[in-house]
Formats: sequence, C-alpha cells, structure tokens
Amino acid sequence: MFTIKSRAAWVAAAAMAAMPLLSACGAATPVPSPTNTTVMTEPPTAGTTMGETPAAGGSAMMDALAAEGIKPDPSAKGKFEFFSWWTAGGEAEGKNDILNLYKELYPNVEVIDAAVAGGGGDKAKAVLKTRMQGNDPPDTFQVHGGPELIDGYVKPGLMDPVTGIYKDMNIMSAFPKQLLDKVSYQGEVYSVPANIHRGNVLFYNKKVLADNGVQPPTNWDEFYKAADTLKAKGIPALAVGGKDTWAVTMLFEDILLTTAGPDKYNDLMSGKADWTDKSVTDALDHLKKIWSSGYVNKDFSALTWDEAAGQVLKGQAAMTVMGDWAKGYFQANDTNWAENFGWEPTPGTAGIFKVITDSFGLPKGAKNPDNTKRFLDLLASKTGQVTFNLRKGSIPARTDVDTSKFDVYMKDANKDFASATALVGSAPHGSATIEAFSSALTTAINTYVANLGDPADTAKEIQSKATDLLK
Amino acid sequence: MSNVVTPQAPTRPSTKTEPAPMVVPARSRRKPASRDRLVAILMVLPSFVAIALFVYGFIAWNGWASLTDWRGLGKMNQVGPVRFPAAPFAGLYNYDRLFQDDRFLIDLRNNAIFTAAFLIACIVLGLALTILLDQKIKGESFFRNVYLFPMALSFVVTGTIWRWLFLDKPFPWVTNKNLALAAVTVAAVWQMSGFTMAMFLAALRGIPDELREAARVDGATEFGVYRHVVLPLINPIILSALIILGHISLKIFDLIYVMTGGSQTLGFATDVPSIYMFQLAFRDDLFARSSAISMIMLVFVAVVIVPYLITNLRSEAQT
Repeated sequence: MFTIKSRAAWVAAAAMAAMPLLSACGAATPVPSPTNTTVMTEPPTAGTTMGETPAAGGSAMMDALAAEGIKPDPSAKGKFEFFSWWTAGGEAEGKNDILNLYKELYPNVEVIDAAVAGGGGDKAKAVLKTRMQGNDPPDTFQVHGGPELIDGYVKPGLMDPVTGIYKDMNIMSAFPKQLLDKVSYQGEVYSVPANIHRGNVLFYNKKVLADNGVQPPTNWDEFYKAADTLKAKGIPALAVGGKDTWAVTMLFEDILLTTAGPDKYNDLMSGKADWTDKSVTDALDHLKKIWSSGYVNKDFSALTWDEAAGQVLKGQAAMTVMGDWAKGYFQANDTNWAENFGWEPTPGTAGIFKVITDSFGLPKGAKNPDNTKRFLDLLASKTGQVTFNLRKGSIPARTDVDTSKFDVYMKDANKDFASATALVGSAPHGSATIEAFSSALTTAINTYVANLGDPADTAKEIQSKATDLLK
Repeated sequence: MSNVVTPQAPTRPSTKTEPAPMVVPARSRRKPASRDRLVAILMVLPSFVAIALFVYGFIAWNGWASLTDWRGLGKMNQVGPVRFPAAPFAGLYNYDRLFQDDRFLIDLRNNAIFTAAFLIACIVLGLALTILLDQKIKGESFFRNVYLFPMALSFVVTGTIWRWLFLDKPFPWVTNKNLALAAVTVAAVWQMSGFTMAMFLAALRGIPDELREAARVDGATEFGVYRHVVLPLINPIILSALIILGHISLKIFDLIYVMTGGSQTLGFATDVPSIYMFQLAFRDDLFARSSAISMIMLVFVAVVIVPYLITNLRSEAQT
C-alpha cells in the first residue's frame, strides 16, 4: 500500500487526480455492457447442438459442393474478413461450421472472424457503422434482410449488388420471391440470406393446456376463452418477457397482422398508411384487454424472453409468443421438448410468416471482393445453407434443400415458409422498417402497456413519429 | 466570550509577494518584452491551433450537423479537406422535435435530479469524511487511501458491481421504477465522494494551524472552529469540486449505461441525454438529432463551467 507523506505531495496528488477527469470530456467511447443489459437487444439465438455435428468438410460434402459448381481452389489467396455479432451458443457454432468449410475450400485464404460480442448486435452495429462511414468496410457483414440492409446501407450507396451470384448459380427461384424482394433495390439483389427465423410463433405447454381442457387458440377470441379458463385456475395464459422491450413490440405486431392484414401491415411499417387507422387502435385495444384482464404473468416487466419461456417450460404459464429461437431454449432445457411443447402460428396469423433473416452482402470498397464472392457462393449453395443452419437452429432461406437432418420443428417451419401466403417483416429485427422508427414504435408500445392509456393517443403518437422518421 | 474570530488569513499565502517596483525605464523594457512575447506566442501557437481545430472546429462542425437533416450513413460533401453531411439544412427542426419528445424530457428531468443528488451527497459525504480524518486519528493515511480507492476504478467496473448489488435482495433497486435512479446515484456517490474528500483534505492541510489555535484561544468550540474558520477557508475548493463533479454528472454515460441501460422497460427511469444521444446515432442512424442532443449538453456544461472560468480568470488577473 502506498501512502503520501508530505502535505505538498498530497495536494499535488489531488490536483493530478482531477486532471484526467477534466480531460475525459471528449472521450465518449462506447462501452461494452454486460450480457444482461436492459438495452433493447435482439435475442441471441439460443441454439443448442443438434444430435449430429455436421462434419466440416468430408468428401461427401465436397462432392455435393462440386455438384453445385463450388470446387476447392488453393490458388485463392489474400484475406477474408467476416463481421458478425455471433460469439456464443448455436449461432457461433453455425458460423464456425460454414467458415471451416470455407477454409477447407480455400486453404490459402486467411479468414478473419471479426465478431463483436454483446447484446443482439447493438455494439457490433455501432462498430460497423463507424467503419462503413469511415470507408473501412469488412469483406462481408451480418445484416438483417429488409430496411436495415436497404435503407441502412444500400440506399446510401455503400453496397455493391450481388445479383450476378444468383444468376450464375441459377438460384433466383430457389429463394421465395418475397424474401428476395426484401434484399433487393431497383432491380438488383444486394445480399444472400443465410437463415430464416419465424417471428410469429405461439409456443405452449401441452400438459398445462390438456390439464385444463384447453385447445391451442387459433384466433384471439379463442385465446380469450382459453385465458379465462386458465385464469380461473390461477395460471397466466401468456408469459411475456417484457424486460426485452422488443418482445412486447413483437406481440403487438402479431396482433396488428390480424387486425390490419399483411398488406396494410407492410404499408404501416413503410409509412404509406396512417397509424391512426382503426386496425391500429383495434390492435392496441387487444393489448389493453390482454394486460388489464390479468392474462399476462405479473412479473413480465422484470423477465427476459427466455425467462418468460422458462415459465412455460415449468408449467407456471401456459403459452408464450416469441420468435422461433425460443425452440432452442426448450430444446436446451428439455430433452423431450418435441413431445412436451407445441407450436402454432400466433393466433390469427396462419399462413403468414414473419421473417427474420440474417444476410450477407458485398460492401463497396471491400478489400478482398473475390474472396467475398467465394463466400457468398458457398453461403448461397444448398450445402452451405444446410451447414450453417443445422447447428444455428434456424431454417435455410432456400426452400429446395435436403431437410432430412432437420428436427421436427425445423421441418414444420420449412414447410410453412415455403407455402406461406405472405412474408412480412418484424420491426425490432430490421426486416419491417428502419431502425429509427422501430425504436420509436417500441418506446410507444411499451409506454402504452405500462400505462394502458387511450389507444387513440398512442396511435397519434406513433403517427407523429412516422411522419418524422418515415418520410 | 462571544468573540468569534474572523479569519484574515490569505487563502493563498504564497502569492502574496510584494509587486516588484517599476524601476526599469520604459524604452529599454520594450524590446526584450516583445521578443519574449513572440517566443511566448510561438510556444502557445501549436496547442492553440490544435485546440482551435480539434476542439472548437469539431464543436462547430457538430453544431452545423445538428442544424441539418442528416440521417443514415454515407452521403458526405467534400469541402476542401472537410467532409460535411450531404443533407438539407433543417434549421432548428431537430431541437424542436427533441423538446416535444417525451423520452428526451424525461432524460432532462432525470439528469437534473441525478446531478443535484449526486453533488449534494458528494459534498456532504466528502466533508464528513474529511472532518473525521482531520481528528488526528491513527492510521489516517490508511483510511485516506481506502476512501480514495473507488476513484481509481472505471465507471464501467463500478456500474457492473453495483448492478449486481442492486439486482437482487435485499435491495432490488435497479428493477424498481422509483428507486433505479437512486441506485445509480448511490453508485456514483460511492465512486466520487472519496475524490471530494481528497480535495477538501488537501485544502484543509493548507490552512495554517495558527488560525485554528487563535480561534481556540479566543474561546471557539471545535464546532465553531470548523464553522467559522475552516469552512469559509475551503469555500473556493467546494466550488471547484462542484464544477468538476457537475460536469461529470451532466455528461454521465458509462455508469448508467452499464448499470441499467437507461431502464427502458421502466419508463426510462434512469435514462439520460447521453444514452439517448448514443442510441440515436449508432442505433437509429439519426445523426443530426444526436448532434442536437450533444449541443444541448454542451450548453448545460457551459452554463456550469463558464462562470467558473471567468471568476478564475478575474482572480488570476488581480494577482
């Protein structure tokens, strides 16, 4: 332990101590936050290892790739920087699987895995935006398909189109057209979707429903009846992880899909329709009914989405509405997950698939564009899509892949995805609207749920934000 | 004896030297003086230019950005060596939107409450610690260092530790709408009150013992000595502490970001302008509005610091 003996030295020390404080004025560096931060974050996809580990490489896989026109090329040199916020769990495993495959194909390319941990990409996005603005782009980066990609990076002229990859591989029709529309701008495609998560899923505890003689609801009226029955037994029908503010927004979106229909939903999200519309106030009325009738777990504001799913897991609540990364949670915590838990589209949204997709493109000014194209080729191939998704726990964006290794949920989701009548986006996941409006919407919806005020006021508030931000 | 000593002692004894008599003739004084001045200017020039460019230049750039409708990445206009956002001029639109924005108004209120509570607690606690340490106790230097050590931590560390402490029983404050801001304040005070103690202690040691002795000889109680001799003498230091802490609390970011992230699910119970500023820029791509928040924060800090700088300059000019 040090001591400061003389009086003068002590005075000097105090003065010195004050100096760094004063000079710290300008240094507003973004700080990493702990994983459990309450900042609006997107869920880490709680994936777990599937029964089988797709062996990186192997001659069968190489043969399959060769059949798709992708062959090993030791002459490929240089570097390849891959930027993402996948650092843990199933998503990191999926990333490693595909990067290892890439390394096997191109052994002389140095792969730089530039992952920024924390939240659901808040930190990574801040770093990425600084790099893009400073003209120092990575060779490819994780970005949600939808306005996050198109408005965020394509319209400002920061991306090169990758339409050529689709044409060369002749795979335009392998992806649903509505999905490619989400990553296209003025006739050019700007990224390769790597995976698909579904945003409108109702997960339920089969035993809790059966014990109370309740069927999984297919519309909100059925839900209210079921919820009343459950409430009489002291079981909240719906577990909400409201600490993740976006979880409440996702529930609102699903209700809005039933009151507005997918077309008007898209128009609202893009600012073409007015938010003071009756469909919006109707959806808000539903929210109010759900909250004020005691259908929701009392501690919703203190729980994250996975803690809410945990209540369903333990039978403390009957159902939860969440993106299908919640499957990963059930899978990780119950070996008989497929028997004990059921899933349906959120009431009233059958046929509609709320798409959340991570995609990869080619930034303008990327230092190794050839290596990026090699990666995008691989990612767009059937083999690449399956390799990436098996351990990540999502389904491939291509609908023509071999589903034999999929688990029962993935097979279901894959079928629904291919046959969906409408693919819509989700605001908090970048696929429905720009991030500024998504934040404003999330703030408005969560404030509404906290105060349960007049729906018309909230609708007007949202419209005011839409006028400001969606012009 | 009700005679209370009014201290006449100089606060800065060392500067009380007699001014040198003006014996140098005017003519011979001029030349070396101007050369001195030239040298002085040359010495100061680099830092002057650097500060003009990298501080005030950037503030001006930021001020301009806040008056545009700059959203999203890319799109910059190159004007000479400087790049400006290629966005239409929007006047005070962003400021107008901010002052209609519920979240921003909550942020301002939170920051005001936090600043007031933080300053008062730091000063009071710092003074209390100082006076206790001033009682010629054994192991004084040990306690001094113990109290000062929290300051050596970064706010991120402090925030993480206190988040854990306040997350669960017996004080689940960060999850409570009404207590979250108090939790943040406690953490900030814990970190910075040692610093005020150090400043006060340093000031206290600068007070000649003779003054206190004189007061005691004149019959002042111990309390009277502090009340009428010590406190008035360290008043300027209290002001300095207020300024230094005040500008920290007006710009507080890291501690709150780590501890609560602004408590967005609790109605922004601990949100402050700096967190909103960060999210507007790096999450929502609304750079112009984010710049507007930073300009507003600059004005707040200036309101605190500029009068202090002016009084400082005046008093320096006098001596």
